[in-house]
Amino acid sequence: MPNYREYLHQVKSEIDEVDVKQARELLDAPERPLVVDVRELDEWSEGRIPGAIHLPRGHLESRIEQAAPDRAQPIFLYCAAGNRSAFAAKSLEELGYENVVSLAGGYTDWKRSGLPTELPRTLDGEKRQRYSRHVLIPEVGEEGQLKLLDSRVLLLGAGGLGSPSALYLAAAGVGRLGIVDDDRVDASNLQRQVLHSTAVLGEWKVESAKQSLEELNPDVEVVPYRERLTSENVERILADGWDVIVDGTDNFPTRYLINDAAVWHDIPLVHGSIYRFEGQATVFKPGAGPCYRCLFPQPPPPELAPSCAEGGVLGVLPGIVGSLQASEALKLCLGIGEPLVGRLLLFDALATEFSEVTLRRDPACPVCGDSPTITEYVDYVEFCSGRPAHA
Amino acid sequence: MSRVRIPPQLRSEVGGAREVPAEGGTVRELLDDLIDRFPSLRPQLVEDDEIASFVNVYVEGEDVRTLDGLDTSVDHGSTVILLPAMAGGL
Repeated sequence: MPNYREYLHQVKSEIDEVDVKQARELLDAPERPLVVDVRELDEWSEGRIPGAIHLPRGHLESRIEQAAPDRAQPIFLYCAAGNRSAFAAKSLEELGYENVVSLAGGYTDWKRSGLPTELPRTLDGEKRQRYSRHVLIPEVGEEGQLKLLDSRVLLLGAGGLGSPSALYLAAAGVGRLGIVDDDRVDASNLQRQVLHSTAVLGEWKVESAKQSLEELNPDVEVVPYRERLTSENVERILADGWDVIVDGTDNFPTRYLINDAAVWHDIPLVHGSIYRFEGQATVFKPGAGPCYRCLFPQPPPPELAPSCAEGGVLGVLPGIVGSLQASEALKLCLGIGEPLVGRLLLFDALATEFSEVTLRRDPACPVCGDSPTITEYVDYVEFCSGRPAHA
Repeated sequence: MSRVRIPPQLRSEVGGAREVPAEGGTVRELLDDLIDRFPSLRPQLVEDDEIASFVNVYVEGEDVRTLDGLDTSVDHGSTVILLPAMAGGL
């Protein structure tokens, strides 16, 4: 049986090693390999090679396929001195990776040669614990959680759809949540609007929302806009900078207004709507798929629009649709998965049935088409007569 | 015979049914058959002899506007979804 030294020597003879000079050339080449740091978290936290991803040696085999699904992908491994990365290279070769090198001398030599390093941003201990179930997911991880903490999501409406969306986005640690709503909490809201409670009846929804969300997660900054979205204020509100918009409004004028604004500002819009037992959700991502006007170029005439007051809704339905919207918003912030772009998801709670229809961008769309005919905000009349709409 | 899914907003026009059968080899024939039996659906679905701009019709998950519009063929046993714009969220 070989001892450690002999074993290391044997492994090193079976893998490809590069020295710091060769490493520099490899990493400066146009086809840069995937740079993998296999050290422990405390070592990684003290500095790394720029652009490296962190896959500690103990998790390497279980996580590498996520990071490099293609076995032909060139991989550059390093540790502190080049020993752990040598064993790591051996393991990856055994897993079928064809083009793996290990940095002889490791990060120590790299740093000593005066080559560039960077201090990774990391979650502090408290955040690491709070978001541990995110950090454990390879698609999210620490990087993803930091991305969420830097993300800014604007929610239109702190009502049925906005309640679950806002709660889950806040819990997930989305750093900044804007909430646009000009309504007060009414007793008839509490059957479904879980952001609010009996204790805050009569208060502004944005204030109640801010309180609930900051109690849930103090990492989140809540920006309340106690106003209804209009053509007058939409530019001001969007100028505050948002990565994703979640549409939980209850009326056509605001839906068309925010659609047009999202197209012009190139911001993905997560759409949701509900009626009685049925809901819909989709993502309008400018440039990548259709917009709301591709789906419905014009709002229905007021006499045909369903009356909101007559509608009614099963209390849990916005919980389901709003949570789907939150899930889409998180995916968009993280840049992972397949968002509902070009697909409209239909949910029927009575039948417990999901179905999907295909949405396509309309080249003749008046807003996002090839020759747009609508280039400024349109103020549609309020359809839902008998009761003011809120957003 | 195809199955036409009726959205909640239009169910009162068809006696509350979630789904109704309809005959027709094209979307036009199918809507004609439906409107013959439920005339109050006409203004909700048709505008100037075209599918109204505020409603979408899907045959097997595809928007017929991206196919042949009212002339889109409908195979026996297809599922047709009528989808008017829906705004509720609060």
